[in-house]
Amino acid sequence: MNPVPSMLSRRSFLTGGALVVSFALAPKAFAQLAGGGEGGAGPTVVAPDLKGSLKSTPWLDAWIRIDADGRVTVFTGKVELGQGIRTALIQVAAEELDIPPAVVTLVTADTERTPDEGLTAGSHSMQDSGTAIQNAAANVRMLLAAEAARDWGVPAEQVTTGGDGRLRAPDGRTLSYGDVAARLSLHVQAVPDAPLRRPSDYRTLGRELPRVDIPAKLTGGAAYLHDMRLPGMLHARVVRGPSVGTSLKSPDLDTVARMPGVVKIVRQGGFLAVVAERQWSAIQAMRHLQRAAYERAPQPPLPADGAGDAVATTLKALPARDIAIMDTSEPAGPAVCTVKARYTRPWISHGSIGPSCAIAQYLDGTMTVWTHSQGTFDVRRVVVELLGLPPEKVHAIHAEGAGCYGQNGADDVAADAAVIAKAVPGRPIRLQWMREQEFGWEPLGPGMMTELEAALGADNRIVSWTHAVWSNPHNNRPVGAGGVLAGNEADPPFPVPEGKPIPMPEGDGSRNSNPLYNFANTHVVYHFLKDMPARVSALRSLGAHLNVFSIESMLDELATAAGIDPLAIRLDHMRDERAREVMQAAADRFGWAKRPRGDGRRGCGMAFARYKNLGAYCAVAMEVEVDRETGRTLVRRAVAAVDCGQPANPDGVRNQIEGALVQSLSWTSREAVRFVADRRASFDWSSYPILRFDDVPGSVEVVVMDRPGAPFLGTAEAGQGPTAAALANAIADATGVRLRDMPLSPDRLKAAIGPV
Amino acid sequence: MKRTRWTGRTVGRWAAGGALACLVGVGAILGFAHRSGLPASPPPKPDAFPAEMLTRGAALATIGDCIVCHTADGGVPYAGGRALATPFGTLYSTNITPDPETGIGGWSKEAFKRAMRDGVSRDGSHLYPALPYDHYRQVHDGDLDAIYAFLMTRPAATAPARENDLIFPLGFRPLLAGWKLLFLHQEEFTPRPDRDSEWNRGAYLAEGLGHCSSCHSPRNLAGAEETGASAYSGGLAEGWVAPALNGSSPAAVTWTKESLFTYLRTGVDGHHGAAAGPMGPVVHGLSRAPEADVRAIASYIASLSADRAAKAPAMADRPAEAAKTNPGGAALFAGACAGCHDGGAPMMTQGRPGLSTVTALRLDQPDNTIRAILQGIHAPTGPAGPAMPPFAASLTDAQVADLAAYLRSRFSDLPAWTSLETAAATVRKEDSQP
Amino acid sequence: MSVTITVNGADHALDVDPSTPLLYVLRDDLELNGAKYGCGLGQCGACTVQIDGKPAFSCLTPVGAVAGRRIRTVEGLGSAGAPGLLQQAFEKEQAAQCGYCIAGMIMRAQALLDRNPDPDDAQIRAHMQTNLCRCGTHMRILRAVRRAVALRKGTQSAQEVRP
Ligand code: FES
Ligand code: FES
Repeated sequence: MNPVPSMLSRRSFLTGGALVVSFALAPKAFAQLAGGGEGGAGPTVVAPDLKGSLKSTPWLDAWIRIDADGRVTVFTGKVELGQGIRTALIQVAAEELDIPPAVVTLVTADTERTPDEGLTAGSHSMQDSGTAIQNAAANVRMLLAAEAARDWGVPAEQVTTGGDGRLRAPDGRTLSYGDVAARLSLHVQAVPDAPLRRPSDYRTLGRELPRVDIPAKLTGGAAYLHDMRLPGMLHARVVRGPSVGTSLKSPDLDTVARMPGVVKIVRQGGFLAVVAERQWSAIQAMRHLQRAAYERAPQPPLPADGAGDAVATTLKALPARDIAIMDTSEPAGPAVCTVKARYTRPWISHGSIGPSCAIAQYLDGTMTVWTHSQGTFDVRRVVVELLGLPPEKVHAIHAEGAGCYGQNGADDVAADAAVIAKAVPGRPIRLQWMREQEFGWEPLGPGMMTELEAALGADNRIVSWTHAVWSNPHNNRPVGAGGVLAGNEADPPFPVPEGKPIPMPEGDGSRNSNPLYNFANTHVVYHFLKDMPARVSALRSLGAHLNVFSIESMLDELATAAGIDPLAIRLDHMRDERAREVMQAAADRFGWAKRPRGDGRRGCGMAFARYKNLGAYCAVAMEVEVDRETGRTLVRRAVAAVDCGQPANPDGVRNQIEGALVQSLSWTSREAVRFVADRRASFDWSSYPILRFDDVPGSVEVVVMDRPGAPFLGTAEAGQGPTAAALANAIADATGVRLRDMPLSPDRLKAAIGPV
Repeated sequence: MKRTRWTGRTVGRWAAGGALACLVGVGAILGFAHRSGLPASPPPKPDAFPAEMLTRGAALATIGDCIVCHTADGGVPYAGGRALATPFGTLYSTNITPDPETGIGGWSKEAFKRAMRDGVSRDGSHLYPALPYDHYRQVHDGDLDAIYAFLMTRPAATAPARENDLIFPLGFRPLLAGWKLLFLHQEEFTPRPDRDSEWNRGAYLAEGLGHCSSCHSPRNLAGAEETGASAYSGGLAEGWVAPALNGSSPAAVTWTKESLFTYLRTGVDGHHGAAAGPMGPVVHGLSRAPEADVRAIASYIASLSADRAAKAPAMADRPAEAAKTNPGGAALFAGACAGCHDGGAPMMTQGRPGLSTVTALRLDQPDNTIRAILQGIHAPTGPAGPAMPPFAASLTDAQVADLAAYLRSRFSDLPAWTSLETAAATVRKEDSQP
Repeated sequence: MSVTITVNGADHALDVDPSTPLLYVLRDDLELNGAKYGCGLGQCGACTVQIDGKPAFSCLTPVGAVAGRRIRTVEGLGSAGAPGLLQQAFEKEQAAQCGYCIAGMIMRAQALLDRNPDPDDAQIRAHMQTNLCRCGTHMRILRAVRRAVALRKGTQSAQEVRP
């Protein structure tokens, strides 16, 4: 038996004929790397035999509650980011409990109500939480059946369910789940082998259930944290220089203190914020304070602005720690064709459409923070350290924000709000960052570079493969006060913790640097750069964006050099059957064999990756048309195929892959954060343009592989790398010009094409 | 990119002038009015031209902005079809890809040069001076050859010319002969020995292919550019005022070679507003033209106002006074403009120019200010250029007038504009025309 | 100072600084969630509403400027229980990921359909160009607008719209 949960006071008990949330906390743990393999703190594994997050939270009542009226509440430590996880998890629970999805209520990450499942990141939600809920539900269904069987005096195997929340005896008697649950305690640990429902019997899983969160989003319902209005709520704005590393010199506090509607100026160390009755007053006060001149504290120079060379120069100047990722050697024939190339990616912004927001309230010694961070439990850890409050006095609750795709300003704004709320006790404080603050202060996706060298033998087999990747850590998720801006601005400041690499198999800058293909003599090294010239952290797919871009570009470079079909060179080096099937499925649907051949303007390209070599498989094929006068590239059509194991909701999977594809096209074709000497110079959508409607593909089609009952594989980030490479490959096919430095912008393409 | 429109005044003047000139000399010029057709020649092979020639032609075509007028919105580059709306009807640019049937594929080099210099189509008919052949006459022969080579190596596109839709009698092309007889006398460019080679290069490009003065100089009654002392004293383009570039330049800060270079490359520099209206496509082209050529143009244009440096005006920003005389405008500014243009706004903290430096607020006419407010500014250098949203949907004419009055009184020390509401209504009406 | 505005057909008298952008009045005073703060700079369209039938950025519209004019927000098109045509089409196409941009997208599309009941794909793309989506939901948004066009025409069963 595991240690008794340390916070018994928060447990509630069986009351009123219902199983009420008997919240079972896992032992506190701060050191464990968990959270979707992207840093963050996370729970300790206490039950290694169980699946998914049951490993750290094995008690069934932590996951599922059944009321007397048959309503079911499911608890997850993961959060909705627009990826549709809410609906997918409801489907998982409904399927495995064999009840209608409409009776399921899902509670997402809340430090007082749900299990700590670390971060919602790394495409781990289905693997961690989906698997846990599936197995927990199977356990609960098993217990319900056993209890009913006892009641009826029949063998448990003979008790069946019919999808309506009732248990059936062989003689036709039935009992409702609610009635049976009332007699049961679910405060028991899951067993590893509770039987799962057979895929052929599925009623809910694998169906295209409409997403539960969408209706409110279409009609102005309260869908986001941004929409919360608490009684007595005040509006705050934080006041900072134009970008990370700058600070304001003597802002005009006196004038602002006299401005109508301003309730308070909060100034602690380097932290400055204004609080007002109305949003508009807060904004005007903030603007007035931001008139002050700013300075940049002495710190390493910002990344050079400009093309691939600038990225490479910046990264190569940093001290590197070399980490061997992969070394294989086997006999192979001599090389007849060798290609060597450098690929780069600049710093990229998350660019959520809604700037980060948080609400905090400090009432009777307890701090409550509503946050859209991917790490609700980490927000609590940060606030605990930052404000010196006991952990049980800090309550963090997730509420949905705009899509975030990694560590944007969500964690920072939550800490900012908590600092302000502590200074204005009693009233809820709503703080939203301004657009320019999001651009200027959020951690960026790191700039990266790779150098590859590969050789083909006479039999068209790859006889050697070298891949070196240079990157800052993508893993700077805050788990304490030093990870957030308010901590760095405190007096005395909490220092920014040193970045650490994420070890393989997940990896960070190294993610997907190890090819899934079977190449002879593969050598992969990660030049880990701990000194960060720009504030960076996780951006959707981490290093996979550039690593897959590099590998899949190089395969086409070799194929072109040797006159091999790009699909053939991939299939020839792939033993993983599911990978082959995904590539083939994309190729078939695309009509790869009969595709139009590159003619100077039109061309086709494809690429493949299995995310982290352990998540979803994804292949992308696309046809582009290049305007040779301007270098503008239009994607005429794109086809993706994805194998994510059993898809909980195939339309949800399609939505994710379509989004990943379009977003990756934007990153790859036009995005780069600009820097000048003392600041980031990308501060709005005109200085950081993203893909718009007239540049999105003519069509995007997603084939979801049917894998009944196969374990869930994370999907959300599978499309980024393959899309990037497919675009470069299609452009090369169309024009004969190979672009290796992102963004593959019209100007660069035009320059490479020349006047004709 | 927003459709470039040749509205009102410019086209109107030369159209009216053309008719006038015709009446003056109609009898005498009938012989001149007819030019002979030239025979169709087989399109040259793409490899008929050396690579350097194509590179040079591409650069020159960029400076001449051929692609802007000769490409319809979302259309094939150089295939024509862009509508040039005028109060006298609509002109459509033609296909200059080497398609033998609908483009210039059957044009010999001679036919091409005749069109560029004399404004005569291969079939002998006169071309409207929307094609600025008065400027192209000044281009060296070798450069015209290079542009010919460049155009003849573009992919051919089938795109028949659209019928122009002009009111009677302007559709009658021989009338143009009269206009040419009076105004088409320009010679090939000759360098000035007292200037350095950069200046001379700039003058050649600006006067010839760049045709800067076709917008920045006033035009006479007959629609021809005024020259001499009046050259570059300001003109009109598509309803926008093209500010003076000579000593009478209204700029708050005198243009220097460096500031002009930055402006022509990026659409904005620290001391002048962003390129707006028809200047947008110009900057778009120059941002991609050879750097040395753009420096040369900057050097030449800056020299035009060199004598002004001493009398540069003081920059104004008087929020309290302006709010007192125009409280309504001040409230509109606070809610609609301050988020970008007032102190502490992101644009300002990022070192973008303040409104005190914006030439539009210093012109005698409010048109550019009103147009910028109603239509916004489309990023001139492509997606990453400076941009401004349009306010046509949110502000009424009276509110635009209030706002413009406030801006003028706050950010300049010049006399108030008059009839602002009427001006706003006029611009809005022009804008709503198809 | 008092300003009276008409939102979705109802008049509201407000005691508010007339320079306050309409966005904050809609969100904080009228408690309408549809219009979102995305940039406050007129660059993203998350705050799009209709003013006298035209799509406008509420983040840059001083409330004093729209006194007496017709303002329509996404709440005026329908509700979760009784969705309007475009809302139905977006629901059918599941055209949202995070959804933060979607209310603005719907309002911009509505302005197009009000003026042109049968736009082609190029017209839809050109019209929607103003609004940004970061999740990459564009393909579904386009499908949803096309579906709304088809629903309105009633000539095609909704099923046939998916390309
Ligand atoms: S919030 Fe108004 S346009 Fe972005
Ligand atoms: S759906 Fe997230 S921004 Fe559009």
